[in-house]
Amino acid sequence: MRIQSLQMVHRAKASHIASALSICDIVAVLYGQVLHVDPTQPEAPGRDRFILSKGHACVAVYAALSDCGFLTADELLTYGQDGSVLMNHISHKATGVEFSTGSLGHGLPFGVGKALAAKRLRTDWNTFVLLSDGELGEGSNWEAMMFAAHHGLDNLVAVIDYNKLQSLTTVDQTLRIEPLADKFTAFGWSVREVDGHDHTALASALGSTPWIAGKPSMLIAHTTKGKGVSYMENTVKWHYSTPNAEQLAQALNELQG
Amino acid sequence: MRNAFIEELVSLATQYPHIALVVGDLGYSVVEPFADRFPDRFINAGVAEQNMTGLAAGMASEGYHVFTYSIANFPTFRCAEQIRNDVDYHRLPVTVVSVGGGLAYGALGYSHHAVQDYALMRSFPNLLIAAPGDPMEVRACMRYLAGNPQPSYLRLGKAGEPNFHTTVPDVAPGKWLKVADGVDRGDGRATLLSTGAAMGIAMGWSNAPQYRQHSVHSMPLWSMASKPDQIAAVQPFDVVETLEDHLRDGGFGSWLMEAVVGQPGVETQLRAHALTPVVCGTVGSQKILNALGGLNEQSAPGPTART
Repeated sequence: MRIQSLQMVHRAKASHIASALSICDIVAVLYGQVLHVDPTQPEAPGRDRFILSKGHACVAVYAALSDCGFLTADELLTYGQDGSVLMNHISHKATGVEFSTGSLGHGLPFGVGKALAAKRLRTDWNTFVLLSDGELGEGSNWEAMMFAAHHGLDNLVAVIDYNKLQSLTTVDQTLRIEPLADKFTAFGWSVREVDGHDHTALASALGSTPWIAGKPSMLIAHTTKGKGVSYMENTVKWHYSTPNAEQLAQALNELQG
Repeated sequence: MRNAFIEELVSLATQYPHIALVVGDLGYSVVEPFADRFPDRFINAGVAEQNMTGLAAGMASEGYHVFTYSIANFPTFRCAEQIRNDVDYHRLPVTVVSVGGGLAYGALGYSHHAVQDYALMRSFPNLLIAAPGDPMEVRACMRYLAGNPQPSYLRLGKAGEPNFHTTVPDVAPGKWLKVADGVDRGDGRATLLSTGAAMGIAMGWSNAPQYRQHSVHSMPLWSMASKPDQIAAVQPFDVVETLEDHLRDGGFGSWLMEAVVGQPGVETQLRAHALTPVVCGTVGSQKILNALGGLNEQSAPGPTART
């Protein structure tokens, strides 16, 4: 997935590669071990719903959808090209994508609506929403958190990609969000923390929700922005920059090690 | 209008099992009949309009037709991007309902003056505006929206508006409804065309000497998609004068002009009557503020010269 993400971003001269590398393990575990989804029935009523709220990191999800058979390798080649359904922010026009985002703070309220509908319709599928840490500056997320806890939406799982770096500098220097776990707990969520690159730990946490009946689940996934490519890790520049051919070769070399 | 709205909503929810109502902590003494009868389809989202609209979109994506309900600018401007991205772009069946369109809450101040809402809502390519002019049109719009769930905006007055239609009219996007013939029949080639609660003002003006030959029409449903239909609609008239309790900029008259001005075969003279910005920041009753802004029900403006 990391290799595919890098190739897509390089080919399209796009941005946000470090954001995508940050979530590759979370997305891989979700699609590989947790989500009940079927590429032969992408709109099956009983499927789990996954929403990428940090839509700028979409190449990681497009890669997962390709690996799972929702998208073809040829479709991935169209990423960011004129007229493509694979926009540079995640697009519901791509098979297997539930919801388009790109403006932050939209995914969790939408996921709350899905989870509430599932409860009211007495169905048993779950809704998973992946958010960024910087995104928590959007007040709509906190509105949605209050609502989800108040309505006991234990079929809702939120994952925070907590790489501690946002658009201009660190999260801590931008708008302090610590103590994060305490905040979520105070908002009425069941909270766990995990190494966001540890597949076993991710699968264990994400595969065992709800952790407390009657409460929505919040997984704080500690991650490294740009994970897997040495010169991109923990570097603001790679929120924006496109790897050139030489940089791509080095990245692929590191990943294929 | 509020009463007609809730009566229709309760009635339609019996017929359409996926109608849901999500309110933004408003609707005291209005929404109870729905909440009591359909508790499983009623949600108070609290004072949180962004989440209200986002979760409405999420519910709509799972098969519900969701009516979000609040007053003035709260369900529109406060959550404009949720309407744009979540509802309109995904073409989800969410009907945003605002009570207190125009200057219905005139005494409550600028925060409660909904005089720019058409400008916002008509900029969304998939969204249908429903601006009924009397309680009969409220019922007609509700029945149309329930039968044709889609991104939509229902702009209501408050309560106590008179009926001008004698029956529930047949409505469709972009369709002109005849409300009254001219007091003096004339040649039928001049008309006042209103949307929303400005219908009452149009009816008042139709008795003024300069408008006695003007018929009165209403357009309760309109959208970007129904613009092309307006070219044929204006052609039978020499003069069309629009009325709306909204600022001229981005309003209904502007919409009609964009649709027809410069189009081949259109020789109709258009004049838009709308509120002037003097109402922004001024406090007063709806009637006083409408008059201040140029829409005096009792005193029509000078005649439009016919060419």
